[in-house]
Amino acid sequence: MIATIRLYFNRLLPQLIALGVIIVAVSLVFPGFLNLEIQNDRLYGSLIDILNRGAPVVLLAIGMTVVIATKGIDLSVGAVMAICGATAAACITSGHSVAATLLITLAVGILCGLWNGVLVAVLDIQPIIATLVLMVAGRGIAQLITEGAILTFNDPGLAFIGSGSFAGLPMPVVIWLVFGVLIAMLVRRTALGMLIEAIGVNRQASTLSGVLTPVLLIAAYVLSGLCAAIAGIIAAADIRGADANNAGLWLELDAILSVVVGGTSLLGGRFSIAASVLGAIIIQAINTGILLSGFPPEFNLIIKAAIIVFILVLQSPRFRTAFSFLVPARGASKPSERAAK
Amino acid sequence: MQTNDHILQAIRIEKTFPGTRALDKVDFHLRRGEVHALLGENGAGKSTLIKCLTGAYRRDGGAILLDDAEVDPRDTFEAQTLGIGTVYQEVNLLANLTVAENLFLGRQPRRFGMVDVSAMNRRAQELLADYELDIDVTRDLASYSVAIQQVVAIARAVDLSGKVLILDEPTASLDAHEVAMLFRIVRRLKARGLGIIFVTHFLEQVYEVSDRITVLRNGQLVGTRETANLDRRELIAMMIGRELAAEIHAPRAQAQEGPLRYRFRNYGRKGRVRPFDLDVRAGEVVGMAGLLGSGRTETAELLFGAHRADSGEAEIDGRAVDLSSPRAAIRHRFGFCPEDRKTSGIIGDLSVRENIVLALQARRGWTRPIARADQNRLADHYIRALDIRTADREKPIKLLSGGNQQKAILARWLATEPEFLILDEPTRGIDVGAHAEIVKLIEALREKGLSLIVVSSEIEELVAYSTRIIVLRDRAHVAELDGNRITAHQIVEAIAATNERRTS
Repeated sequence: MIATIRLYFNRLLPQLIALGVIIVAVSLVFPGFLNLEIQNDRLYGSLIDILNRGAPVVLLAIGMTVVIATKGIDLSVGAVMAICGATAAACITSGHSVAATLLITLAVGILCGLWNGVLVAVLDIQPIIATLVLMVAGRGIAQLITEGAILTFNDPGLAFIGSGSFAGLPMPVVIWLVFGVLIAMLVRRTALGMLIEAIGVNRQASTLSGVLTPVLLIAAYVLSGLCAAIAGIIAAADIRGADANNAGLWLELDAILSVVVGGTSLLGGRFSIAASVLGAIIIQAINTGILLSGFPPEFNLIIKAAIIVFILVLQSPRFRTAFSFLVPARGASKPSERAAK
Repeated sequence: MQTNDHILQAIRIEKTFPGTRALDKVDFHLRRGEVHALLGENGAGKSTLIKCLTGAYRRDGGAILLDDAEVDPRDTFEAQTLGIGTVYQEVNLLANLTVAENLFLGRQPRRFGMVDVSAMNRRAQELLADYELDIDVTRDLASYSVAIQQVVAIARAVDLSGKVLILDEPTASLDAHEVAMLFRIVRRLKARGLGIIFVTHFLEQVYEVSDRITVLRNGQLVGTRETANLDRRELIAMMIGRELAAEIHAPRAQAQEGPLRYRFRNYGRKGRVRPFDLDVRAGEVVGMAGLLGSGRTETAELLFGAHRADSGEAEIDGRAVDLSSPRAAIRHRFGFCPEDRKTSGIIGDLSVRENIVLALQARRGWTRPIARADQNRLADHYIRALDIRTADREKPIKLLSGGNQQKAILARWLATEPEFLILDEPTRGIDVGAHAEIVKLIEALREKGLSLIVVSSEIEELVAYSTRIIVLRDRAHVAELDGNRITAHQIVEAIAATNERRTS
């Protein structure tokens, strides 16, 4: 058990170090960064703000991790967010209850995932092309739903999902925490995780071993669609409106980046949902940190890129072998083996 | 020391990988104009030595002398310009370029700054004429057989390097004619004074073509001998350190015929294998013999449902069954070790444990995970039972040698407690020790009452364990041998006889 926890900790170590360094660096520049206070039974502070602002990308990263583990990629998640935001706004303004709105919206997300999954698993289209279709078409669909306008709503129930709070935490944070733990448990407490990794490493060998490859592939894209739907609802609820053009714009790239910063290979196989969530938080921490540090906004993207390059260099195999005495190997060798050397 | 007739000398080469000493002060001397076979079990250090010589690995110690001058190639490109060219088992060329482009890639003849295609094609034609190859050099490399691709790779390597040619298992996927062609070329290059290092698993070929033999074992030099003065038994003893040779050729145990269990009637698929009838009893090993491309692999894949049959029906114990997918076949307790271990067998990045439990887990479905403790027990059991050599069960399987990977895939199926096991070339490309162990395992499984189908190119091996042999030719089952008729001679006759009938 302790060995398992240590393996887990070793796996997340680079991401935890990166996050720690960023938080320390920002708090040096912006002293109030670490302050937390309670107002109206809810925690406030920059750290909470990071968790809250990062919610959509965290959710997208959870689905993206599983898709990437199957050696795929889902470029459509940003567009699916827009579709689902538009669906939610359209449902609520046409008089549906909050529960019905949520169900319909989640179903739309699942449908989008199903479309991607069938293209990839049944028609054998390369994932990057298959999901590009919905990435391009998705915003058009979202515009059709909103009829070209920004669809606003005032339903307090739906808005609660974006700006309410529960147990002292903002609602989006509660949602991604619960959802993330659920999905992580689902893949690791069942055999799903291993089977998905097997497909990602060698699809043909997995099929020949009796793995139900097409179904699992479709399931991965469906999960990604579901994650995008939740992210879309949060984004729409937050601004109390659906913007077909800008909701989730470029977030698919942030989600992919989160997975990569989390150390999951784009070649598929081994994955960690926790690490991807940390990756998304790291990216949000960089975004928030740059804003708070008062750099001119035109520097933001460049600084972000520089930090990400640094994190990726830390993870590269060459760097790891060159500085293996500094960075603990990722669960590869056990202490006993190291002692034996 | 007569150093001056040595073209390449490797002196006290050392290489250490985390946890293993891959090369321990290994000496290797290559003369001008000789074919020098480099032998050893998988994991003995052959590939590591080759990679140190070609700069693919940086050695940790020792010196390399080329023409008595010390060299230190940093990468394969530098080794090539120094004069050391390598041709690998999997041809390292670009299949979608033309033959001529492959030959001159990176050094195309130019005219006014543009690639001079006609000059390139002409020179390619001239170059290949030296290799008795008169082919259309403007066609894609992929349109030619592996043998021809191999020759093109050799032509390129010799043209670029010209002193030392390293052939790393060049014959693994060639048939007898192609091997003969390759050896003619090797002898011609030898006459030109090249030093040729030949790595292979086929001992017949070693005796046919090599002048000297160097054997490595566990990263250490066992010895270098003249081929003419080293008999086969002694050589195998050098390679494995024990007398397993006798076991491989042990006389076949008499078959205990079990009840008829599997009936395939008119089973076939267009374009893959012609409809055939096949009955398999419990406790039977049915060998599939035939030349490359005769339909052996296609038959195996069809039986397992890797490809769907479009004619005929299958029965198990008298009941019609559906074998249209691997999952369906696995439900009926089928298992299948595919021919190409790397692309269809192992899940490279996953651990030995995960590779072993995969098929069992897949059959149980994802909702019923095998508890980690059970996985560990299962993996440890098979690692011990099949003597899978790995540091521990969590090592990624791609780091194991070929023979141990093959045993792990066998373990994957044994864990599902199969009743019908299809093995496609189970001993290809693995070392002598593992080879003998797999042959023994096949016998043991047969005695336990399993039904096995084994495809193999090694006729003597088929003779050793088959209770019946099906001979294939041109994608059809053409003959069946059993009892006393199972001899290497009879099998060859059967292949040849059908050949004549077809051509007449």
